[in-house]
Amino acid sequence: MKSENKTENEKGMRRKALKAAFPLTIPVLTGYLFLGIGFGVLMSTIGYGFGWTVLMSASIFAGSIQYIAITLLTSAFNPLYALLLTVLVNARHLFYGIAMLERFKGAGRLKPYLIFGLTDETFSLLSTTEPPEGINRKWFQFFVTALDHSYWITGSGLGALIGALLDFNTKGLDFVLTALFVVILTEQWRGTKNHIPALIGLGATALCLVIFGPTNFMIPAMLLILALLTLLRGRIEGRAKV
Amino acid sequence: MNLTLTTPQLLITIGALILGTVATRFLPFLLFPPHKKTPSYVLYLGKALPYAVIGLLVVFCLKGVSLTASPHGLPELIAILCIVLVHLWKSNVLVSIGGGTLVYMLLVQYIFV
Repeated sequence: MKSENKTENEKGMRRKALKAAFPLTIPVLTGYLFLGIGFGVLMSTIGYGFGWTVLMSASIFAGSIQYIAITLLTSAFNPLYALLLTVLVNARHLFYGIAMLERFKGAGRLKPYLIFGLTDETFSLLSTTEPPEGINRKWFQFFVTALDHSYWITGSGLGALIGALLDFNTKGLDFVLTALFVVILTEQWRGTKNHIPALIGLGATALCLVIFGPTNFMIPAMLLILALLTLLRGRIEGRAKV
Repeated sequence: MNLTLTTPQLLITIGALILGTVATRFLPFLLFPPHKKTPSYVLYLGKALPYAVIGLLVVFCLKGVSLTASPHGLPELIAILCIVLVHLWKSNVLVSIGGGTLVYMLLVQYIFV
């Protein structure tokens, strides 16, 4: 009897956490459906259907990486480059993790999934929001992550179906990735007075692109960025907040 | 130019993408257990690097654009200006991304063919 009560309570607690998590995720719902559809349509233009698209969205769950993967899937087989590029592009996630060390402390067996699902958008929700009074924290965090995950999978699945059913000229559709990063850059630019890091990112990468060419510039660019950020630390930290 | 990968190659590539993503997401939790103090240099990089990496990614996206050959990067330049202006005006992420992509598609399909 006692254990039955306990599982009932557990269920009610989870339902409450789900109810509290859902409204918070609505902005991500629209964003992920849109970007997911874009990803699914692009995958279908290079010949990969519903199965591969959903498999990638469920198992990788990283929007920018999956968009970049489209260029990898259409070039020569090179898994080491794919791995390095992923680590470089995802390097910012190292710092999301640092910011979440404290917040994920009590998550127990849910913690591995919370870390796996810590995308830019999930991070932006979980790093700024505390669960409402009386809501279990780890289940709240779990449902925010799982809902975001499900939107991403649903969006890309829809995109795969749309890409297979509709026949339209998709030339230029891959610009959606550029647009995404330009928007993030604009947001960041507006949000800070210190533009040195952003300028280092743009300038160092452009310089390496000119010197090393379009196939070899990414690794030198990343090293140059790290070196410049390290050298200019005093100036960057000295000038108010980054 | 669709070089199609074989199924094992495809699975290995996807595996590499999963490994890279999982590694970057889990590493901080392995490197900095709760009781250890995070070095200030790492915290500094945590603040500065996201700004720099977005700059890197914008250039990465534009790596195939030639300034010397026609149309000299004009479609990209116009679309990016549209995105920045619309975003500063409306601050709506979906409108900016959707609108900017649409502008670019129209430019490369109808104007700079």
